[in-house]
Amino acid sequence: MSTLQSFLIVSALLFGIGLTGVLTRRNAILVLLGIEFMLNAANLNFIAFWRFGPNPEALTGVMFALFAIAVAAAEAAVGLALVIAIYRHARTANLDAVEELKG
Amino acid sequence: MFELFDQLFVNLKHAVVGALPEGWQVLASPLISAAAILGVFASLFALTVLVERKGLGRIQNRPGPNRVGPAGLLQPLADFIKALTKEDIVPVSADKVLHFLAPVVMLAPVLLAYAVLPFGRNMVAVDFDAGLLFFFAAGACVELAVFMAGWSSHNKFSLLGAMRAIAQMISYELPLILATLGVVMLVGSLSLVDIVASQAGHHWGWLARWWVFTPWGLAAFVIFLIAATAESNRAPFDLPEGEAELVAGHLVEYSGFKYAIFFIAEYLGLFAVSALAITLFLGGWHAPVAALDWLPSWFWFGAKLAGFIVFFIWVRGTLPRVRVDHLMGFAWKFLLPLVLWNLVVAAVWWYSRGWAFAGAGILRWVGCAAMILIPYSLLGRALYTRHGLGPRTYRLAA
Amino acid sequence: MNTALLIFSTITLAGAAAAMTLRNLIHCALAGAVAFLGLAGLFLGLGAEFVAFGQVLVYVGAVAILIVIAVLLTRPARVAGESPRVEPWLPGVGIGVLVTGALVAMVKASLVARSPEAVSSPAAPVKAIGEQLMTTYVLPLEVLGLLLTAALIGAVLLALRDPGEARRP
Repeated sequence: MSTLQSFLIVSALLFGIGLTGVLTRRNAILVLLGIEFMLNAANLNFIAFWRFGPNPEALTGVMFALFAIAVAAAEAAVGLALVIAIYRHARTANLDAVEELKG
Repeated sequence: MFELFDQLFVNLKHAVVGALPEGWQVLASPLISAAAILGVFASLFALTVLVERKGLGRIQNRPGPNRVGPAGLLQPLADFIKALTKEDIVPVSADKVLHFLAPVVMLAPVLLAYAVLPFGRNMVAVDFDAGLLFFFAAGACVELAVFMAGWSSHNKFSLLGAMRAIAQMISYELPLILATLGVVMLVGSLSLVDIVASQAGHHWGWLARWWVFTPWGLAAFVIFLIAATAESNRAPFDLPEGEAELVAGHLVEYSGFKYAIFFIAEYLGLFAVSALAITLFLGGWHAPVAALDWLPSWFWFGAKLAGFIVFFIWVRGTLPRVRVDHLMGFAWKFLLPLVLWNLVVAAVWWYSRGWAFAGAGILRWVGCAAMILIPYSLLGRALYTRHGLGPRTYRLAA
Repeated sequence: MNTALLIFSTITLAGAAAAMTLRNLIHCALAGAVAFLGLAGLFLGLGAEFVAFGQVLVYVGAVAILIVIAVLLTRPARVAGESPRVEPWLPGVGIGVLVTGALVAMVKASLVARSPEAVSSPAAPVKAIGEQLMTTYVLPLEVLGLLLTAALIGAVLLALRDPGEARRP
């Protein structure tokens, strides 16, 4: 098993953990955390492919990971603000309790 | 002779590492560096506590500790034994694991931050290409430790204190990082070794070429110093621990050696951030004037650090505590716009480096200084009058 | 894969698994921070220093703190015996295991298995990253700055108190 492959497997496992968490937890904040794990798994893939790819001087993977981190920060800020707004409205952060579209 | 003293510790380490068998050398080199940093700064901490207690005593017109040893010199030892033997109380309702882990999580990143600081010529544990970012990344972990300490105690005062501390640290982290960016921009490197190397040489053959001698560098240095004081929760920004209102903030439920570890972490953080200020603005281990170049590099670093420590003690003894709303307003409305503007001034400084007409040097300096001072006074005056930051008049009940 | 990378992968996966299974939300968030730290270690091992430190700065210094504060602000009203999971949780876990299994199987079967080891260690120099950000990627960088500003303002507006809501005395 090559080194690249082992990184990809770690990344796949991380993605799986994040996905399972998103599908099974009811708290909106933990769903967000699970999404962050999936994003991070993708980042690990980008960095691994950059490192073992044919043209590491181009830095494409590193750039993609950097932009993904920045976008993830924005996503977390807006997502958590949304959770707080929902909590203020519905008095809960549990996703299956917030099922009405009408306010 | 100079070479011998200057490289004393470097050669000592090489000798020790060289004496070890081949397989151990890879492991021994970082371990020796870590042990040296730990030993030096832990003893500096003990010394600082003594100097601080003595100095604060002088400022407040009392003798300070003077019972243990000659003139109270053994006081740190007594403090150490006291902290070690005191009963360690964990509240019943506390989250035991987090309560135990918080001091460790607090101390570890602070110690890690020392890895990238150059203490003298060739005296740096790890020269990361992104050393400055490493320093701030390590500093970011401290916030989580403060939260762990405050939350795990299950005490409303500690939670309030932790929330205040986090809000303060996040707010002041922005000016702290942005103040360093001017230097990074002009040096073109995030490596602290490169930043020190960029400050070699002399103006007019005698005055060192430090960044603090440029107008934007001076402004960034002052902002950095203010933000660093707030970042390490020192007076006058010690609101998170405000004894009068929050008892001791996130430290309420800590006693004995765990409390001592928080205390050590706080002081080591202060030393680290002072060392960073020295590295970025005060030329690192370079001598201030050419005539003093014969003293070893580590001496200059130590002397500057000692100066910083004395300065912080002086500030603590002199200034009253800031109010919470003033604290936040100061960071977001005053420091942040100024530090962003300062980056623009740094860029102007960089692009005007090619000026060659008569009096260009003076014009450049005065022009940049005016570019900083005029917005500073306008903004300061606006805030002063509009947001009630000015002096207050208190009316006594008649 | 050498020992350090093995340790960091274990930390990452264990932290992530703990974050997704623990009952106490604060513990979950802190375990998540551990997972982010482990990932930063993996990035460091891959030679991407800048990304690793950026990851710690953004995820541990900002996102973890945000999550923790959001948990405190939305402290769930304690309903006795309420499960922290979505009620029929088996389908969710099943889908997760299936997707993970498929991914791992694909990685195992792919050409990547025969790819050569990296020849040299091309540690990404910070200078090169900076130069690329200012030349090739300058437009994405500007757009990102705009996005972050918009997100900042949006988050503040979303979390603001409703104008109709009475202020607490």
